[in-house]
Amino acid sequence: MTDATLPKTASRLNTADRVKAGLKRRYAAEKRFKVYGLVSILVALSFLLILLTSIVGNGYTAFWQTYVQLDIHFSKADIDPKGSGDPQVLQQGNYDALIKDALRTRFAEVKSRGDRRMLNALISSNASFDLRRMVLDDPSLIGTTRKVWLPASTDIDVFVKGHITADVPEAQRRVKDIEIGWVKTLQQDGALEQRFNTRFFTDGDSRNPEVAGIWGAVVGSFYTLIVTLILAFPLGVMAAVYLEEFAPKNRWTDLVEVNINNLAAVPSIVFGLLGLAVFLNFFHLPRSAPIVGGMVLALMTLPTIIIASRAALKAVPPSIREAALGIGASKVQTVTHHVLPLAMPGMLTGTIIGMAQALGETAPLLMIGMVAFIVDIPGSPLDPATVLPVQVYLWADSPERAFVAKTSAAIMVLLAFLICMNLIAIVLRKRFERRW
Amino acid sequence: MTRHLELKTAAMNKKAEKQTEEALRNAPGAKMLARNVDVYYGAKQALMDVNLDIQERQVTALIGPSGCGKSTFLRCLNRMNDVIDICRVEGEIALDGNSIYDRSVDVVQLRALVGMVFQKPNPFPKSIYENVAYGPRIHGLANGSAELDEIVMSSLKRAGLLEEVKDRLDQPGTGLSGGQQQRLCIARAIAVSPEVILMDEPCSALDPIATARIEELIDELRANFTIVIVTHSMQQAARVSQRTAFFHLGNLVEVGETEQIFTNPVDKRTQDYITGRFG
Amino acid sequence: MANPSEHIVKSYDEELKHLNTLIGRMGGLVETQLDSAIQAVLRRDPESAEKVVKGDAQVDELETEIEALVVRLLALRQPMAVDLRYIVSALRIAADLERFGDHAKSIAKRAIAISQVPRIPAPGLDRMARMVQHMIKDVLDAYLDNDTNKAVKVWRGDAEVDELYNSLFRELLTYMMEDPRNITGCTHLLFIAKNVERMGDHATNIAETVHYQVKGTKLPDDRPRGDDPSFTIADGTTT
Repeated sequence: MTDATLPKTASRLNTADRVKAGLKRRYAAEKRFKVYGLVSILVALSFLLILLTSIVGNGYTAFWQTYVQLDIHFSKADIDPKGSGDPQVLQQGNYDALIKDALRTRFAEVKSRGDRRMLNALISSNASFDLRRMVLDDPSLIGTTRKVWLPASTDIDVFVKGHITADVPEAQRRVKDIEIGWVKTLQQDGALEQRFNTRFFTDGDSRNPEVAGIWGAVVGSFYTLIVTLILAFPLGVMAAVYLEEFAPKNRWTDLVEVNINNLAAVPSIVFGLLGLAVFLNFFHLPRSAPIVGGMVLALMTLPTIIIASRAALKAVPPSIREAALGIGASKVQTVTHHVLPLAMPGMLTGTIIGMAQALGETAPLLMIGMVAFIVDIPGSPLDPATVLPVQVYLWADSPERAFVAKTSAAIMVLLAFLICMNLIAIVLRKRFERRW
Repeated sequence: MTRHLELKTAAMNKKAEKQTEEALRNAPGAKMLARNVDVYYGAKQALMDVNLDIQERQVTALIGPSGCGKSTFLRCLNRMNDVIDICRVEGEIALDGNSIYDRSVDVVQLRALVGMVFQKPNPFPKSIYENVAYGPRIHGLANGSAELDEIVMSSLKRAGLLEEVKDRLDQPGTGLSGGQQQRLCIARAIAVSPEVILMDEPCSALDPIATARIEELIDELRANFTIVIVTHSMQQAARVSQRTAFFHLGNLVEVGETEQIFTNPVDKRTQDYITGRFG
Repeated sequence: MANPSEHIVKSYDEELKHLNTLIGRMGGLVETQLDSAIQAVLRRDPESAEKVVKGDAQVDELETEIEALVVRLLALRQPMAVDLRYIVSALRIAADLERFGDHAKSIAKRAIAISQVPRIPAPGLDRMARMVQHMIKDVLDAYLDNDTNKAVKVWRGDAEVDELYNSLFRELLTYMMEDPRNITGCTHLLFIAKNVERMGDHATNIAETVHYQVKGTKLPDDRPRGDDPSFTIADGTTT
């Protein structure tokens, strides 16, 4: 009995000492590992921070627009000389004249033609449309004088935001000293201020940066994504269910699986070429329409959805299937009543990630023509439209100074969209998971 | 004197009654038969020439060391082996005299007649009510929700679970304890009124008290159902079954009355296994 | 050794071996007790008779020990089949051996009494006792060797013992009828003979138990017996 315990005690001491000797090294290694992890995260976060700061720094000014307050006399003579009250006539009214009159009244000292032209150039050329809209909404304005806030022109706007400074020699800048003087006068009178640029969110694209908005692109993106979702989700889910649950395991299905995996890695522009060749040239679908864009993106997202759905289906424990089969459910009943609901969180997550990816795609859409300059907000998926990333691309391409800020602002909106979609993915997943 | 006689007669009558009851319970008629059953997983043969009768309204226990084929055999009885592609079953297995591997047999219907309870409790991730109601619903066993309610309640009652869950029927089945989950699975199985219930090591994941409850339940159920149970515990087989079959390396070595198998088995392999002499 | 092949759990085998040893020891002890008791009767030696009486305590102790071991094995090992039969048989055999020892003690007590009365020749007694000694020895051998044939032989051999007892009974009756002074001695001898006959029955019981332990089935209830002395009356005839 005693002989048995003696060696045990001796070896136990040995083990304890040896472990202790190695402990320092092990803990040091663990600490190093943690430090590496932390450093990687910090590096990644700092890159993210730099990116965000630069974007926000560039873009936040686009959310403010300079407005000028003028006394507009809605003269009957310019708008509706005959007093007919006919909307067609009101539509054709000379609203530019109203603005010019108001400016002339305000700055009565401006006489020379050149100066007058510069004075008129203080206000955005699109401001007349604002006035027209006001009159059409409320014809009783005719004959009255109102104080109206009108958008300033791009150059003034850019100057007020500080992108054009007075220390550059006059010959080299777009805003001349005289204009600066006017601006200062207006500011002192409280007739010039910066307001939140709701136009940015409500108007379509425009040649004039001061009135250019992203709403057209947003609606275009929306329609495109809807089409993508309607096409890709059911097809993807059903394909995954078939491949995972019903298909026999033979060489053909292996081939299909390999091909699907490969398609997920194909450059998206290839899908654009496919869309061009098949949907536009062969089927003659409307060019630049969200429906074609949606179809192209659906093709692109399908492999992602199929792969994610298959993974979600694989993750459902076989015990559930066995239980269902054991109670006498048929294969289809087992899948639809038990497996699909459990796999749904994973499938939805995969779909939304696929959608988020599709939202940010530019190259395939360029191929099918969604790069056109579209001013009108699209009314249906069949109308020509553009999408947010393409809008960003177009604005980035533009030489005008003001578009720089707008580009970054559009990027911020796009990022906000993506964050929203990912949040929806997380919320949906949490909500479905709770029911498990 | 007469009092003594009275008591004695009463005792004798009671004994006779019990014997008749026992006899009825052990009424002849094999509910399921297996004849010359061979099962292959690909090229490997898992069961060799198994011939076994499952008696009606009795508990038959299948015992044997790991990998001897008892679970494989059990799964043949309700064709659960069909879901395994490489599994091939040869020979004849019959329920009430009709072969279950016949082409005309509908597997879905078979599984409604031959229910199964698995080793690890696997309630559906639905409410307790839904778990039990699912089977009757898909098989169309209830006309209307009132009848369905009744089926659910009576199944839960028979499974000895109703008292514990009657005020939380809409809560998920997965929120119950292990023993309760297994009883829920049993309730689910009996809700479709099967004729045979197969149990694959139903208590292996449960503590002794939960196990005892399930054993008591099995005892009560055998008045109405034929039960086949695979178990690793010989004590459980001894407690619960009337007939025991010993499997070894894919062969059915010995089958007989439980009492005989555990006091005086015929085959040396059986004896070695149950006395713990296997290497 | 009861079971040739070994359990996976070695300590189980060791406990069974211990049980075997205890039974063997008890068997040997009662064999000696019987021998000494009969010798005390034949040699009219009260001192050795006294030793036998005292020696019975040891037999009882062994029985208690075996019983405790059996209960322990049943509780802790849940024995099945052959192990179960073996352990349950050990309990029965121990009980039979204990009764065997008690009979030896009774004989020894009577030996003390007999030594104080005139001697009565009873050659049948010696023969009977020797036969029973053989029986107990054979049955214990059968137990140790798992030999059912030997056990069955012992089981059948009790018939002869019974016959010897019958003839001794008649002989002693005639002695008692001849001379009333013989009655005390003959009565003692009768009781001694009865004890020996009962010891034969116990040896038979052990034989039955051995058969059950090995085969799992019991020997048929009606074993061959000789004439039943209960029906013999004073004139030596049977009704």
